[in-house]
Amino acid sequence: MRADLRLVLLGALALAVVGVMPFVGIHALPLSVLADPRSTDPAAVIFWQIRVPRVLTAFVGGAGLALGGAAFQAIFRNPLATPYTLGVASGAAFGVALASRLGLSLVVAGLSTHTVAAFAGALVAVGVVWMLGRLRPDFSSTVLLLAGVAMSFFFSSLILFLQYTASLGDSFRIIRWLMGGLGAVDLRTLVPMVPVVLLGGLVVAWHARELDLLATGPEIAASRGVAVARTRTVLFIATSVMVGGVVAACGPIGFVGMMAPHICRLLVGANHRRLLPASILFGGAFLVVCDTAARLVFFPAELPVGVITAFLGAPFFLWLLVRKVGPR
Amino acid sequence: MSEPRIVVEDLSVCLGEAEILHGVSLAVGAGEFLTVIGPNGAGKSTLLRCLDGILVPSAGRVRIDGRPLDEISRRELARRVSFVPQPDAGFLDFTVRSYVEMGRYPYLGAWAALTAEDAARVSEAMELTEVAALADRSMASLSGGERQRASIAAAVAQGGSILLLDEPTSFLDYRHQIQILDMLDRLHHERGLTVVAVTHDLNSMVAFSDSVLALKDGRVVYSGAPAELLTEDSLASIYDAGFRLLPGGYDGLPLVLPARNGS
Repeated sequence: MRADLRLVLLGALALAVVGVMPFVGIHALPLSVLADPRSTDPAAVIFWQIRVPRVLTAFVGGAGLALGGAAFQAIFRNPLATPYTLGVASGAAFGVALASRLGLSLVVAGLSTHTVAAFAGALVAVGVVWMLGRLRPDFSSTVLLLAGVAMSFFFSSLILFLQYTASLGDSFRIIRWLMGGLGAVDLRTLVPMVPVVLLGGLVVAWHARELDLLATGPEIAASRGVAVARTRTVLFIATSVMVGGVVAACGPIGFVGMMAPHICRLLVGANHRRLLPASILFGGAFLVVCDTAARLVFFPAELPVGVITAFLGAPFFLWLLVRKVGPR
Repeated sequence: MSEPRIVVEDLSVCLGEAEILHGVSLAVGAGEFLTVIGPNGAGKSTLLRCLDGILVPSAGRVRIDGRPLDEISRRELARRVSFVPQPDAGFLDFTVRSYVEMGRYPYLGAWAALTAEDAARVSEAMELTEVAALADRSMASLSGGERQRASIAAAVAQGGSILLLDEPTSFLDYRHQIQILDMLDRLHHERGLTVVAVTHDLNSMVAFSDSVLALKDGRVVYSGAPAELLTEDSLASIYDAGFRLLPGGYDGLPLVLPARNGS
């Protein structure tokens, strides 16, 4: 089984990336830092307090985005669907912009104002789209998708308004947040994100067979025994909460969520019982690599990782597309 | 005839303002092959979707094996009834084998592998429909006839004994039309499947079937044996078009030829 072999190789690659990247930096760290996580040696502090949480956040975030993209592409049967299709990212961005503009302080359980505002905004945006779907149960997934796009534009205009009326400093902070980045990440951002992504990810993974069938078509899915409306609702909610959690921690990092599932399909095929694990591994490892590049290329300054993801990812994707590797 | 497998009582379907089906009743016996005909927009596909619970009727009810549809879970219904929709290039490109394996969904747990029985049913369905040689091809690379066969293979693998088909021979060339019809005939006769097929093919599909139901404007306008339906008058009233009937069709039935205006 070539597809299974590719999945195993992808797993090995992801493990290697997560294992090696915390050591990589302008100052490569010695292996001895592994000995004692509580050591006060500067190298060990950098390793355990800064780089390990950051690499793990990048992995969990990238995995969540890729998983969300795979789920939404199957549900909407649309290759252009992203985890932000229902307005999660623009809602989160609006939350952050509003909180910055009003000077709100929303520190909850040690989470930063940005994180809290982003998560709340994401849930509001998805909630509105979902309510539209509930009001008109005959709405097709295409209509829901368009509603999400309309919501995104609505929030974008509100964000532009807030920026236009904001001070230069606030405006820059909003733009900077919109680019997505892991520079401000530490254990306090990682810890609440993990259960949210884990829970959402488990729900999505549990529906691998349903995603196969939904991608084939809602009528076929129903006739094969899938409770289509209920399954879609469960997947919408699980994916949106998961993606909202990632966006709250890392900002609306682009490209990973849309392209990682496509790249994985080229590698392991369309079957979601392979595609979902592959997306977790590839999306996670890809964001770790991009974030490491973001730390290094402009040292001592840091690039927002959102700048890197598409810059590295798009050419790679085009190369895969032209080569047409993998099971056809 | 034994207890009917499908009973439809006074079924009505409204979509928005439009009434698609109005007071439709019918019964399909075990092992019966029923063909549903009628002009475009008569409600044929809507009726078929109601039989599989994909559409919920506005009034009336559908019973499968004596039980109302709303009392049967989707999974249980899927073990009795399989639906072959009109071909649609799905969004993702599955291999033929993966596609047929999806037919086993109502028997499978979330991450459970296929059991030996599942695998046997999948192979059997693929051999019956002659797609075994295409197992590792992608669905998108298949021709229309091959894709229709794979689609029927998945429905057969699903294991139900009621098969619903929406225009299974449309878009196919003559050889592939006959191939699909022969296959349905075999499934019907050799495996005793109960078949309900929507079609515009008055010459072959109707001849292969035990009975015919004609819909027009959402109402049943004919229900009975194929021979009685195939008269110039009844066809003219169903389709609002002229027909000429010629001798020499299958099973001693006439051949149906749409008449040109003024001829």
